[in-house]
Amino acid sequence: MPSNRASSSAAAAAGSADSSTSRRNSKRPKYSKFTQQELPACKPILTPGWVILTFLVVSVIFIPLGVVSLFASQDVVEIVDRYDNDCIPAPARANKVAYIQGAADKTCNRTIVVPKKMKQPIYVYYELENFYQNHRRYVKSRSDAQLRSVKDENQIDACKPEDDVNGKPIVPCGLIAWSLFNDTYVLSKNNQTLNVSKKGIAWKSDREHKFGKNVFPKNFQMGNITGGGKLIPDVPLSEQEDLIVWMRTAALPTFRKLYGKIETDLQENDTIHVILKNNYNTYSFDGKKKLVLSTTSWLGGKNDFLGIAYLTVGGICFFLALAFTIMYLVKPRRLGDPTYLSWNRVPGGGR
Amino acid sequence: MAGGGRRRRRLHLSRIYSYTCGKSSFQEDHSNIGGPGFSRVVYCNEPDSPAAERRNYAGNYVRSTKYTVASFFPKSLFEQFRRVANFYFLVTGMLSLTDFSPYGAVSALLPLALVITVTMVKDGIEDWHRKQQDIEVNNRKVKVHDGDGIFRRDEWRNLRVGDVVRVEKDEFFPADLLLLSSSYEDSICYVETMNLDGETNLKVKQGLDATSSLLNEDSDFKEFRGVVRCEDPNVNLYMFVGSLELGEERFPLSIQQILLRDSKLRNTEYVYGAVVFTGHDTKVIQNSTDPPSKRSRIERKMDKIIYLMFGLIVLMSFVGSIIFGVETRQDKLKNGRTERWYLKPDDATIFFDPERAPVAAIYHFFTAVMLYGYFIPISLYVSIEMVKVLQSVFINRDIHMYYEETDKPAQARTSNLNEELGMVDTILSDKTGTLTCNSMEFIKCSIAGTAYGRGITEVERAMAVRSGGSPLVDEDLDVVVDKSGPKVKGFNFEDERVMNGNWVKQPQAAVLQKFFRLLAVCHTAIPETDEETGNVSYEAESPDEAAFVVAARELGFEFFNRTQNEISFRELDLVTGENVERVYKLLNVLEFNSSRKRMSVIVRDDYGKLLLLSKGADNVMFERLAKNGRQFEAKTQEHVNQYADAGLRTLILAYREVDENEYIGFNKNFNEAKSSVNEDREALIDEITDKMERDLILLGATAVEDKLQNGVPECIDKLAQAGIKIWVLTGDKMETAINIGFASSLLRQEMKQIIINLETPHIKSLEKSGIKDEIELASRESVVKQIEEGRALLAASGASSEAFALIIDGKSLTYALEDEIKKTFLDLATGCASVICCRSSPKQKALVTRLVKSGTGKTTLAIGDGANDVGMLQEADIGVGISGVEGMQAVMSSDIAIAQFRYLERLLLVHGHWCYSRISSMICYFFYKNITFGVTVFLYEAYTSFSAQPAYNDWFLSLFNVFFSSLPVIALGVFDQDVSARFCYKEGVQNILFSWKRIIGWMFNGFISALAIFFLCKESLKHQLFDPNGKTAGWEVLGGTMYTCIVWVVNLQMALSISYFTWIQHIVIWGSIALWYIFLMIYGAMSPSFSTDAYMVFLEALAPAPSYWLTTLFVMIFALIPYFIYKSVQMRFFPVYHQMIQWIRYEGHSNDPEFVEMVRQRSIRPTTVGYTARRAASVRREDRFYDQFHNDLVAF
Repeated sequence: MPSNRASSSAAAAAGSADSSTSRRNSKRPKYSKFTQQELPACKPILTPGWVILTFLVVSVIFIPLGVVSLFASQDVVEIVDRYDNDCIPAPARANKVAYIQGAADKTCNRTIVVPKKMKQPIYVYYELENFYQNHRRYVKSRSDAQLRSVKDENQIDACKPEDDVNGKPIVPCGLIAWSLFNDTYVLSKNNQTLNVSKKGIAWKSDREHKFGKNVFPKNFQMGNITGGGKLIPDVPLSEQEDLIVWMRTAALPTFRKLYGKIETDLQENDTIHVILKNNYNTYSFDGKKKLVLSTTSWLGGKNDFLGIAYLTVGGICFFLALAFTIMYLVKPRRLGDPTYLSWNRVPGGGR
Repeated sequence: MAGGGRRRRRLHLSRIYSYTCGKSSFQEDHSNIGGPGFSRVVYCNEPDSPAAERRNYAGNYVRSTKYTVASFFPKSLFEQFRRVANFYFLVTGMLSLTDFSPYGAVSALLPLALVITVTMVKDGIEDWHRKQQDIEVNNRKVKVHDGDGIFRRDEWRNLRVGDVVRVEKDEFFPADLLLLSSSYEDSICYVETMNLDGETNLKVKQGLDATSSLLNEDSDFKEFRGVVRCEDPNVNLYMFVGSLELGEERFPLSIQQILLRDSKLRNTEYVYGAVVFTGHDTKVIQNSTDPPSKRSRIERKMDKIIYLMFGLIVLMSFVGSIIFGVETRQDKLKNGRTERWYLKPDDATIFFDPERAPVAAIYHFFTAVMLYGYFIPISLYVSIEMVKVLQSVFINRDIHMYYEETDKPAQARTSNLNEELGMVDTILSDKTGTLTCNSMEFIKCSIAGTAYGRGITEVERAMAVRSGGSPLVDEDLDVVVDKSGPKVKGFNFEDERVMNGNWVKQPQAAVLQKFFRLLAVCHTAIPETDEETGNVSYEAESPDEAAFVVAARELGFEFFNRTQNEISFRELDLVTGENVERVYKLLNVLEFNSSRKRMSVIVRDDYGKLLLLSKGADNVMFERLAKNGRQFEAKTQEHVNQYADAGLRTLILAYREVDENEYIGFNKNFNEAKSSVNEDREALIDEITDKMERDLILLGATAVEDKLQNGVPECIDKLAQAGIKIWVLTGDKMETAINIGFASSLLRQEMKQIIINLETPHIKSLEKSGIKDEIELASRESVVKQIEEGRALLAASGASSEAFALIIDGKSLTYALEDEIKKTFLDLATGCASVICCRSSPKQKALVTRLVKSGTGKTTLAIGDGANDVGMLQEADIGVGISGVEGMQAVMSSDIAIAQFRYLERLLLVHGHWCYSRISSMICYFFYKNITFGVTVFLYEAYTSFSAQPAYNDWFLSLFNVFFSSLPVIALGVFDQDVSARFCYKEGVQNILFSWKRIIGWMFNGFISALAIFFLCKESLKHQLFDPNGKTAGWEVLGGTMYTCIVWVVNLQMALSISYFTWIQHIVIWGSIALWYIFLMIYGAMSPSFSTDAYMVFLEALAPAPSYWLTTLFVMIFALIPYFIYKSVQMRFFPVYHQMIQWIRYEGHSNDPEFVEMVRQRSIRPTTVGYTARRAASVRREDRFYDQFHNDLVAF
């Protein structure tokens, strides 16, 4: 890497330096543990003891964690009601898309029975399937600047084709906002309406920093095609939490989003009556729609996966610890078989 | 300095001497002057004249830097982007400015900029160092004629063509000068050309009479004018064609009048010279070419991996694009409806337009290629470079490779080849100066039939062992390492009978006196008297000649002055018993050359007697003795044979008195012959001198030891144990070479020697007849036959452990290296344990090296110290120069310079192996971590209907390679150590640690990790109710979780696979993980306009959610379990060699003798050379070897 044309004149320089400097200026490298590569170090090696111990430790940690997680998940009461199919009147089912795009009344009544006591807060979700909120075109189609402050409402470049109506910027612009989910649920128990609170369903940081308090919807859903839901014109975006929730795009094509919270307990075998407006078109892409009521534990919603995974892996590790113990005991070492050293096996090979 | 170099050197001197008396006439070349290629015109002493200015020759400023301030950016950027990976990143960086980009342009360009900047800074610093050197050189001062006969000091760079300069003793010449006159009357001067050709002897230059008579002091230059017409700048150091016009007269110029830049004025008070070539026109600069850039095997393989990765990226992008195209087309408007209406496909740009799905797919392809760029580690090159520089620092700083005596540490001149050092299969070594010290020591002599000198040579020691010495003696051999050198360099003679003037009491005192006088007079050395102490030291053309004058001095015959025609020395006067000075007139020097094999001087002693003093090889000298001069012949012959057996170089000393008339006749013929210009000049001279050097009277013989360097046998032994083959390529005689072979344990007695030479009577007789074609034919046949016989022998020995040694001489080598034969020759040679090529020329050395390199396809290392090894050093995969006494030439063309042969052991077995295992692990790991990362990106994309949506925030993407995973890899590359490589070096030779198996294995591991990370994260966030407050996990939460897992997994994987854990490793590994969290927090706390979708993700969403932490813990353990199981099983049940040694080191040796025994069995690759092998052969019966080995193994 160094040297090249320099070599000769460099040599000359070195030569003169040699003659002029005395022996005292020795080129002896200074000793340091660092340069001599003698830093104190631990040299771990996988001895049977360590291997067995590691597996044991993993299983000892994992199995209790698995049990706890599984319990947490089991504690959660979750009610899932798929309604996309049922909410279309039987005669219209031949052409669901035409129905959903038609002008007919989309009201649909559902009945849910609570299987177990549910403590408040009970979260109400809607679940969509086969909806690509993570499609690149979709994800990029928004204007964060515009959502944050009024003065940036003209920053709509990213929002095409949902950017303006007759030259006037749409607030909020873009495909995400345009396709806002607009099914509504009215829940009642024993003919008494259950209050579904929409306060605090969005992330605090979103409400306070990403959606402006003085940004109001403008020209929204005024284009020739209406996508999804509409917004209340005189409520600032930061308070329209449905929109905020929707605008946080989901990671996967099947996702749930928070619709609201019920702040009363539900008892076992309570019957919940749901009057829902089946507005949202998932039929053209065969998307399912579900209504979900769920409590949460410290671990979140109902998901046995983590618990089972922990238990399984913990078990496997325990088994491995046993297996290695037995292997080490029964077959301490393979002795004296030099043939598998690669250079003995493949003379001149291994390249 | 084996034969080739020596021969050339002698030739220079003979040329010099022949020119000193001859007048060169206009030769053919001179007629070209003025024509093309010979157009230079120099107006001496009038550089300002209009004629000179019209010529406009370049100044004397020399620039060795790669870049100038202006060219630095364009040029170094160009260098950077010539690398295929960097170019790829540049293209993706450019594309990221367009709509193709799946991520923001800044985040794509910043890491690239960072990487490029680091490399550029490194380049810049290196160039800056060169610049410093340039400044130093260009600002040196020299006395320049300033008009009116006044010289003033000026900087080198200001010199112009035509300037007259005055150079003082021990100064360097600032440019190529025409020697006008010197402090000596006949305007000779001595120059040292070490920087040019690495030769340490002084050379004589002589100015023209025409100028030297005119110009004697500063004031003479007032009126001096002259015009030089000469050749254009060229590379030929030994040729110069030109003429000097003084007024009307024209004088021819030759190289004899030219003082070359970078050589040094010695032994001469001052010279005047006119500048002929300046700066880059000078011969030395014209000669300096870039050393051939060598790339290591691993790097070449790494390029292949990168291409493989490219292939993979293209394949993935292709698959993705097809699926994307199909899915996009399904969004087509049907019956006025679209499927995924929320994407508004009916109003899409071309990138997503279902109507033009194929085009969209093609566009998507480019986007995907950009997105999957994470498969190629952007920081790979720069990391490797940094690691290699640091490794070189370790080599340079290694205290174990520092040689106290010459104050020389090891010097890695290139860091490209560090890891190649760990893969050496064959070492091709020079002998003299490499295996031996190249300090000839006068050790014995035979005078008047009596042998003097009691020293025991290394070879004798080895031979004592060879001829049935007990193993105990053998042990002693190991201890000889610490030989304190002789008190006087070049003199290791001990015999009280002749030392301290005692020779006077010997019966043949008169012969002894003549003998010593001859030593003091018959040579071409130049004395140098230290003015303070009065001590005399010598500049000799070869170390053995120096040894002679030193010996003469030590024995009381101190040669102290030489002029052109006088030699002065002091000796003990036998009569008065006092030191007297004697001055011999030097009349003629009959030079050494390889056909004459002798040199003589004709002198007139202080009594006026004419003497011919002669020394030469035994075979030429014995036949020249007079009838009455053979008194001691038999005895001397016997001693000479003994000396040769002991590995000593012998010369026969003889003299005769010359008749006055005979001399006059001879002198006339000799001078005529010398000044003749026809072709057979040499032959003519030979003939005339041959007649003179007859009827000699034998005095005796000298024996000079070419000492083995300290620790050479031990080093060879260890290298052999490591499975490295060692070939010796030397210019020496076969006998000497074989002796050294024995001394260095390359040969031992029970080895079968296959000797190939052309000394058969048949060929000899043919040679006498002199028919060229026939000789060639017969020789070739003979060589082929001998090679075939050798192969048959080899084949016959088959599986038996018999070892063979191949010894071949230069003449046979000429034929053996021919295209049709070389394959079989190589077969034979690789089958032999030791190979010694003697009498080989520099060219042959290079050819043999090439043959081994290309024939076996393995890594070759050439080691040498002299100018004659340069070809070999450049040809080999790695050239190691010995920075010894033979000047800088070999070092200048080497890749790594060390001071002693024995440091090769540490260089290869420690540094080489470590560098190799580090770099290969590092590259494997690099691809591992990037595949882990890249595959998650790909898998996620599959869940976004291949719309090229990245799973992570732009900055996460771009900083992965730069911040969160690169430092531990660099630390691995710099600091990891497995074991001392003495027993597992073969891993490198066969490239086991960087085999495709291992590379693919690591890639597979990365793939497994990625699968685990992606699917486990996805499953555990399936319904996305991940926090106790019922919030759902969006895109950024999944991305953040996955990214956390990746950072943990790749860093823990590193911790798991490292075998040497220092505090540095702890800092970088845990630091990288901590850095990720810190980054996440800081970045997330920035205003949302900057942090976009990462705003508060960690503090608000991830950190408070226990499921995030539980997922991370689970994924990171789970992803590592496969590797851990593999490693546990493999380590215990299928250990690779270095792991076995780790075991033993870990367990000590006491608790499981059985296992140690097993490893031992495996490690004893039957070493066939080295003293271990020798000892093994002799001690095998006693079974002692096993203990010995065991001790070795535990001791390292």
